[in-house]
Amino acid sequence: MKSSLLNFLQACLNSLRDLLPIVFVVAFFQLAVLQQPLPDFFNILIGLLLVVLGLTFFIIGLEMSLFPIGETMANALAKKGSIFWLMTFAFCLGFGTTIAEPALIAVADEAADVAAEAGIILANADAKESYASGLRYTVAFSVGFAIILGVLRIIKGWPIHRIIIAGYVLVVTITFFAPKEIIGIAYDSGGVTTSTITVPLVTALGVGLSSSIKGRNPMIDGFGLIAFASLTPMIFVMIYGIVIGG
Amino acid sequence: MIELIKQFLMTFADTFYDVIPIITIFLAFQFIVIRRPLANPIKLGIGFFYVLLGLTLFLMGLEKALFPLGELMATQLTSSEFIYDTPSYSDIHWGDFYWVYIFAFAIGFSTTIAEPSLMAVAIKAHEVSGGAIHPWGLRISVALGVAIGISLGVYRIIVGDPIHYYIATGYVFVIFQTFKAPKLIVPLAYDSGGVTTSTVTVPLVAALGLGLASTIPGRSPLIDGFGLIAFASLFPMITVMAYAQLSQWYADKQNKIKQEESK
Repeated sequence: MKSSLLNFLQACLNSLRDLLPIVFVVAFFQLAVLQQPLPDFFNILIGLLLVVLGLTFFIIGLEMSLFPIGETMANALAKKGSIFWLMTFAFCLGFGTTIAEPALIAVADEAADVAAEAGIILANADAKESYASGLRYTVAFSVGFAIILGVLRIIKGWPIHRIIIAGYVLVVTITFFAPKEIIGIAYDSGGVTTSTITVPLVTALGVGLSSSIKGRNPMIDGFGLIAFASLTPMIFVMIYGIVIGG
Repeated sequence: MIELIKQFLMTFADTFYDVIPIITIFLAFQFIVIRRPLANPIKLGIGFFYVLLGLTLFLMGLEKALFPLGELMATQLTSSEFIYDTPSYSDIHWGDFYWVYIFAFAIGFSTTIAEPSLMAVAIKAHEVSGGAIHPWGLRISVALGVAIGISLGVYRIIVGDPIHYYIATGYVFVIFQTFKAPKLIVPLAYDSGGVTTSTVTVPLVAALGLGLASTIPGRSPLIDGFGLIAFASLFPMITVMAYAQLSQWYADKQNKIKQEESK
């Protein structure tokens, strides 16, 4: 009991250390550059305490649950030997984790505003709503597709850089045909799709899968799923922009 | 105090709601496809509860302490009163915005160091590489990449260049480095682009982009305010590969010295 309490305190100290840079940056800009007092000092202190505790619990829970879940699932599915179920799982995981992602919902709503302002869609709530949800399904679908592609790559042992380079070529090519208004959003949508819970799960899935398939190296083949999940949304969102705007 | 508890419960419910699809998928596959009971269900349950609790407290704390201040700061630093001492822009020179670049760099670096998903990947990479990849080496190089990316993205908003010139140039760099960097690092480097931007970085960086785009004449917040996240996802790939290249170069040099000594 005593040692686990010590471990917890140690983990809290680590979290505090991880947060110090932000505290320092914010304090410096507030006090030295903008030369304003810190508002509501007490609230900030409570907030920081919550952040430290939160980070600590997250890291402890990560090693207890998300990593083992992802890896045992990958092992079990690989043992079962059914490519169909593995692919279905990959797609569900990508689609399911993305469709509910709060950052994506926010970006999709802003994108609908942009489209309405540019006159691509009607500037009423209904048109915006359907544009935004269309965009969300597009991104979620593209992440599902990305995880399928990534899992297929692990099974076949394809070198990752060929797929990524092909993806880049596609992104740059499609950019020339896409409506100007959608480009910034499309590029950003690659980054916002991967949330704090998705990343550990997907990483554990890749590493687990590549360690249970003979001849795969977890370091070379296990990573890369997130990279696909950040690349495909750019392509699909621009295509969505062309289809809707064209 | 009651206010705090109410806030906690609401944030917890939101976080829980976000993970329902994930839980459903896992349980469905576990019981329908794999058809075996969960190993260690109590430990998994507690761990999952910790993850939710941690995220909830983390988000609540950020909302309380950092986001309001950081967003206010981003708006103030990009306002014309701060930069020119006048309420309007007469003649824009990109160099006048030096505090904005410094802020972009500093906030990009520090928020990335605190990003939980990057910690997860760093832990895994350390474990999988058998200790060869140090968590701090990875985290610091990713954070540097985000810092450089966001500063450059801010510069782009100020001068108003089209985003795809920058991104395409970045891609050329990434491709070139891919063939030069140690093979083991390449997939991890590609991944580090996507993991950097989540809970902590996105809200602050978005506020910075929107603040800039709405104060500079001729920029539309809706069009030019986007794109910073794209920069923040691109540059870590370059810096992580550079980190691996530098470590290899250093190791080679040490080896050479050792060989010469043993002669």
